[in-house]
Order: sequence, then C-alpha cells, then structure tokens
Amino acid sequence: MDFNQNYFEIFGLPVTFKLDLDGLSRRYRELQKELHPDNYASSTEHEKRLSMQWSSLVNAANETLKSPQARAIYMLELKGVDIDHNPVLPPAFLMEQIELREELESLEDDPAGLDKLDTFKVRVKDVMSGLERQFEAVVNEDDEKALTAVYEMQFMTKLMASAHHLEEKLLDY
Amino acid sequence: MALLQITEPGQAIDPHLRKRAAGIDLGTTNSLIASVRAGVAETLPDQEGRHMLPSVVRYSEQGVVVGEDARVQAAEDPLNTIVSVKRLMGRGVNDVDTLGNQLPYEFSATEGGVPRIVTRSGEVTPVEVSAQIIRALVGRASETLAGDLDGVVVTVPAYFDDSQRQATKDAAQLAGINVLRLLNEPTAASIAYGLDTGAEGTIAIYDLGGGTFDISLLRLTRGVFEVLATGGDSALGGDDLDRAIAEWILQQCGHSEKLNPSQLRGLMMQARQIKESLTDKDEVDVRVDDKGLHFEGRLTRVQFNELIASLVDKSIKACRRTVRDAGVALNEIDNVVMVGGSTRVPLVIDRVHDYFGTQPLNNIDPDRVVAIGAAVQANILVGNKPDDEMLLLDVLPLSLGLETMGGLAEKVITRNTAIPTSRAQEFTTYKDGQTAMLVHVLQGERELVQDCRSLARFELKGIPPMVAGAAKILVEFRVDADGLLSVSARETSTGVEAFVEVKPSYGLTDEEIMQMLQSSFDHAQEDAEQRSLAEARVEAGRVIEALGNALDEDGEALLGESDIALLRGAIDKLGSLADGSDTRAITEGIEMLGKASEEFASLRMDVAVRKALAGRQVADIDSEYS
Ligand SMILES: Nc1ncnc2c1ncn2[C@@H]1O[C@H](COP(=O)(O)OP(=O)(O)OP(=O)(O)O)[C@@H](O)[C@H]1O
Ligand SMILES: [Mg+2]
Repeated sequence: MDFNQNYFEIFGLPVTFKLDLDGLSRRYRELQKELHPDNYASSTEHEKRLSMQWSSLVNAANETLKSPQARAIYMLELKGVDIDHNPVLPPAFLMEQIELREELESLEDDPAGLDKLDTFKVRVKDVMSGLERQFEAVVNEDDEKALTAVYEMQFMTKLMASAHHLEEKLLDY
Repeated sequence: MALLQITEPGQAIDPHLRKRAAGIDLGTTNSLIASVRAGVAETLPDQEGRHMLPSVVRYSEQGVVVGEDARVQAAEDPLNTIVSVKRLMGRGVNDVDTLGNQLPYEFSATEGGVPRIVTRSGEVTPVEVSAQIIRALVGRASETLAGDLDGVVVTVPAYFDDSQRQATKDAAQLAGINVLRLLNEPTAASIAYGLDTGAEGTIAIYDLGGGTFDISLLRLTRGVFEVLATGGDSALGGDDLDRAIAEWILQQCGHSEKLNPSQLRGLMMQARQIKESLTDKDEVDVRVDDKGLHFEGRLTRVQFNELIASLVDKSIKACRRTVRDAGVALNEIDNVVMVGGSTRVPLVIDRVHDYFGTQPLNNIDPDRVVAIGAAVQANILVGNKPDDEMLLLDVLPLSLGLETMGGLAEKVITRNTAIPTSRAQEFTTYKDGQTAMLVHVLQGERELVQDCRSLARFELKGIPPMVAGAAKILVEFRVDADGLLSVSARETSTGVEAFVEVKPSYGLTDEEIMQMLQSSFDHAQEDAEQRSLAEARVEAGRVIEALGNALDEDGEALLGESDIALLRGAIDKLGSLADGSDTRAITEGIEMLGKASEEFASLRMDVAVRKALAGRQVADIDSEYS
C-alpha cells in the first residue's frame, strides 16, 4: 500500500469509465471506517498524522471518481494525454452552446424564471449524459475524440454553474 | 498521578478504567452537557434538576454567575451580564460594528482584533465568556460522574467558519478540558436520531436555535453518518425573531430614540416571551410602560408570521441550495428532523413542510439531541467502545481560497468537500527578482476578497531571485476532521525551501490565550508550572497507553522481539520520567517515544489499509450472494 496508487486502485476498481456508483460509495465508507482519524483518537501522533493523510487521500479519490467529468479527466491523465491542449470543437456544439447561453440570459427577467430554470437544468443534464456516453465509447480508441468530449463536458459544467449562479440571484442570496 | 493500566487483549473494559467522557452543546441561548452512563446517553441536570443551562454569564460584585441566576438579572445589570455571546465568537471588532446597536454592551476601543466587553470585573473577550459557560457545565459533570472528565466533544454550528471554530476550541482549552473533537451540531443530532430510530436512508436536519441556523443532508447507512452537504446562516435564529417583535413594539410606541441598555435588554426578553406564547396561542396581549415607551395592544400569530416571514424564507433558501449541493432530489429525502427551540414556531414548521413536501419530525427532544449525539461520539473517541462501528463523515461548510491579483478570491477547496482533506495549488512570482510572496487566506463563497472572511495573512520569504514566472510556489491547504485549516507554502523549483505554516487566528494569539490561562490562577507563576507538569503527565499517560495498546494488538505480528523489547523499554522509561517532576524531561520523553515508534505506526497503518480493502472484498461476496 502506498500513496502513489491511482484512485481506481485505492478502491480496488478496474480503470473503466462506467462505474457502479453505489458500489463506489460502499467501498468509500468501508475504507473510511478503517482510516478516518476518529479511529485514531487515542493513537500515537504519527498514526494520527498518517490516518489524516490516508483519509484525505480516500476523500480526494472518491470525489474524483464519483464525478463523471473529474473521472474522465483523471482517466486521460492516467493515459498521459495532454489535457491542457484544447481540441477544436464541432460547429454544431458551439451553436448549441450559444443558444443555451441566450436562453439562460433570457430567464433573468422572466417572471417564471425559477421554474423555467429547473427545466433548463434538466436539459443541461441530458446533454451531459450524452457526452458521458460519448466519452465512454471512445476513451479506449481515440484520445482526441475523448479529449473533445471532456472539453465539451467542461463547457456544460460552466453552463450549469452559470445556471446555479442565476438561481442564487433569482433567490437573491 | 493516576496509575495507568493497560487492558489485556480480549479483556472487557474494567468499569474502574472506564473513562469519563461528555458532549457539550454550547448554544447561543442554552447550553447542555451529556454523558453515556450504563450504556445510555443522557443530559446531566444541575442540583435543581434543570438540564438546560442558560448561556448567560454575569460578572457580579460577588464573582462570576452563570446560568438562570444570571439570566434573571440581565435587564437589571445589562452591562455586566453577557447573553448570546456565541454570536461574537471568532468575530472581529468590525463585525461588532455591523451588529450595531443591538448589543447593549460597552466595547473597549482596541483597534482591530478581538472585541473586548467592558465589565465591572475588567475587560472580557467572547472566548473567556464562553469558557465560563463550559466551566459551569464541566463542574456539573464532574460532580455527577464523580471525577474529572477525560475528554469532551464540543459542538459547533455546521456553518461556523474557521475563526468561529477556532475560537470555540480556544474557549474549551481555556476552560481546561481535553477537546476530543469539534462536532457539527446537525451531525450530532443525526446520531441521536439514527440511534433512536434505527432509521437508514437520506435525512435532512433542520436546526434553528437561538442564534444560528444549520441545514444538513445526511445519508445513514449501517452506522455511517455521511454528510452530503451543509448550509445555513451563523447569524439567524430565535434572537432575530425576538428582534422583529421588539422592532414592531417600538414602532407601535412611536419611539425612535436610542434605548438605554436596560430597556433594550428588557424589551428583548419581553419579545421572546411574546414569541414563545404565540407558538400555542393565536394572539397575545402586549403591554409596555417604561420611560418614554408606552403601548397597550395585542400581537396576533398572523401579524407575527408577517414579521418573521422573510427570516424564515432565508432559511428555506439555504435549504434549497443545500439540497442542490447534495445532489439529491427532494423526493429522495426520507425524513426531515427538526432540531432547536425555534423549530417550535408554527410558521417554521409550515414552511419546512411546504418546501420538503413531508411532515417534519419533531418527536425527538429538539433541545437535547445535539448534546446527546455529542456524548455518544465522545464515549467512542475516549476509547470506551473499542469495537464500535459508528463513523461520522463530515464536510467543509464554506469554501477556502486565496487572494489573487486584482482583489479576487480564488477557491482552493470548495464548500461541501468531504473532510479531512488537503489540496495544493501552484503559484508563481510576477516580478523579476521577487523574493517574497504574500499569502492571504480567505473563506467564503463570494468573488471579491473584501466580501470573504480573511483568515490569515503571511509572507513567504527567502524565495531565490529569478525571472518573473520562474519560481514555483506550492501552497497547501489542510483541513482536519474538526473543519480546522492549516496552510503551508513552499518554493519548489530550486533546492531551496522556504516553508511557513500558520494556523489562521481570529485575533487572539496563542500567547494571549496562555496569558488568560495563567491569569485565571491566583499564584500565576507557580500554578502555571504545576499545570504544565500535570498536562505533560496526562499526555505521557496517553502516549504510553496508546503505544501499549498498539503493541498488545499488533506487536508480535509486526515487529521482531528485539524491537518490541526496545519499545517496551522506552515506554517504561517515559513512565518513570512521568513519575518525576521535570516537565521538560517528560515532554522530551514523549517526543522520543513518538520518534521511536514511527516505523511501527506506519506498519500498523499499512495493515489497516489492507484490512479495509480485504473487508471490502468480503462485503462484495456477501452482496453477490444475498
Ligand atoms: N415554544 C417556543 N416557541 C418559539 N420559540 C421557542 C420556544 N421555545 C424555545 N424557543 C426559542 O428557541 C431558542 C433557543 O433554542 P435552542 O436552545 O435550541 O438554541 P441554542 O441551542 O441555544 O442556540 P444555537 O443552536 O443557535 O446556538 C430561543 O430563541 C427561544 O426563544
Ligand atoms: Mg443549538
């Protein structure tokens, strides 16, 4: 056991995009049952420190694996793909982005904005699921296509963040 | 010094060796202490049978008075009677300015730093006032449990930021107790609820107390209490409902001048009574007759609801955001549990019902659950239940970040990240030959530095001069299970290392705390020495016991005979040092033993990790066949 294992290994999982999320969270709880600092409340300082490091690592691994986008990026990193290089996005995707952005902006002054925002978010999620399937289909065959899917996911995540931002504004936080 | 005995493997814990542990709910309005006795967690009453201790501290001519006796004097002696001090914890003088005239105290005019309240016993800080409340509770517990407490879990609102948490921990330290853990109040409540009902699934804990509001979403699975997300407002509670009524009364009186402290306090107390009556009654008669204040009339529930609607809405908005952060749908939430005295307000119950679409549960005592949950956790952490399966997994309530160019806050760890956690971010220099870098640590969700809470500022010096952008500075954030942060910064591109580690401070330095500790003794010097000796001995005892237990459990499996003998020898050595009275020798002995056992500790951790994975495989097989 060492700190250099990859996140999948920590959970004893094969490196695949499709994950059984219930299984992941079950494994997560089991690991923390052994490693969380509360188990070491009356241990030596060194053990406390180690348990804090391990527990933090398991938390980071869980957070990465449970989010499809973070998991996708992580898989590309494991494969050594340069994720800072931006692929060219298909025009159709960009058009869709512009439309979605415009739609989101129009909700700001819409009296039924909050309700429409809920529908909007469902749509963003649907696009996101499509991108996940796309990534899964190409991740082992075509790095460039996989990277494109991830890049598109990032666009959608930003869009979702803007939707949340607007929601907070409409709820006036 | 107490004789240290080590439990043989397989031997049940001898009742005489059972440790005394307690959970403290340090509330804005009421505080409680609870303990597990004969397997049952219960709150401990005072001699008059009262469980709740009003969180009121009066500096009287005869000395410090805490609780009900202080509370009844609050309007007569407002300047020396401190109520709702929790609202000031971890806050600076500037925050007090924004809380404004609502506080009938005199603050001493110190620039920056911690607000100091002027009383007849001198200036006191919120940390000291809180320490008085903790002392009163601990005194009660030591009496009931017939001995000093070995360890205490203190609860804090889940939405407390780092400064507020640190201040609470300091208050406990000042009260002279061993803090096992800071525990989030809704998480503590969920333990009590979970153990009481045996329920599993997703629950929401809605905790509206006297001064703070928390909403936490948790998943309960086989003894694991996993917080999915948390949110709230650390300045929203019953006090604000009282204020809404008080303002209404002033309006009715046609009064616009500043009230004197006594009037203000009296009015707030009256408002609270009116509010509590409106829980059961549809309307309440209101009568005020006090120097310039005259009004006779009534307040109906309907009017009251209007007065507080926006406050209750604020809490529902926080729920909405937290549900979203948790990534659960409303219909996936199995139960909503109400905690805190203010969840008795009918409008609160209605709004929570409307939003979650389910009747909230208030059948478990909303006043005591937090203390009871904390007691259960304290009992485990102190070591009374070695094989317990319970585990709490909590999250960071507010994002942590750094100031970047242009007064912007860049997030390093986002809110609702599971803790403990650590994250590093790389920065670089922006000027040629730059040898120092200012690191400004922030907490909050907003984009501008000025809208976030400033936790710490420090300078990383000694960066070797290089062209702009060549230096690599790694800033690492670490958050422990209490939600407390420490930050370090390191220059990594050259062999040279500049390293700074700070714990954010909310204005009180460690030295100031030490000073307060010392001045709380009569013969400061002598007693302080006695105290450090006593503390060193207790710590030595803890280390000896921890390592002894570890050797009993795993020594033979992991170490050769000579290594075991070496460690046992080192344990004995520390034992005899602890019998002596040389504090420094004991402290050094503790350090030596720690170093000597590091290798063993690492081996044990490896085993734990392997066991965790093995346990998983067994569970997998289970679920395949079930
Ligand atoms: N019957 C009631 N109706 C309305 N409000 C009530 C009732 N009983 C108590 N309260 C209010 O509950 C508040 C105290 O609740 P509680 O004891 O849970 O707070 P606390 O734990 O001290 O505060 P916090 O958790 O915010 O630090 C007070 O504002 C009090 O007026
Ligand atoms: Mg409370």
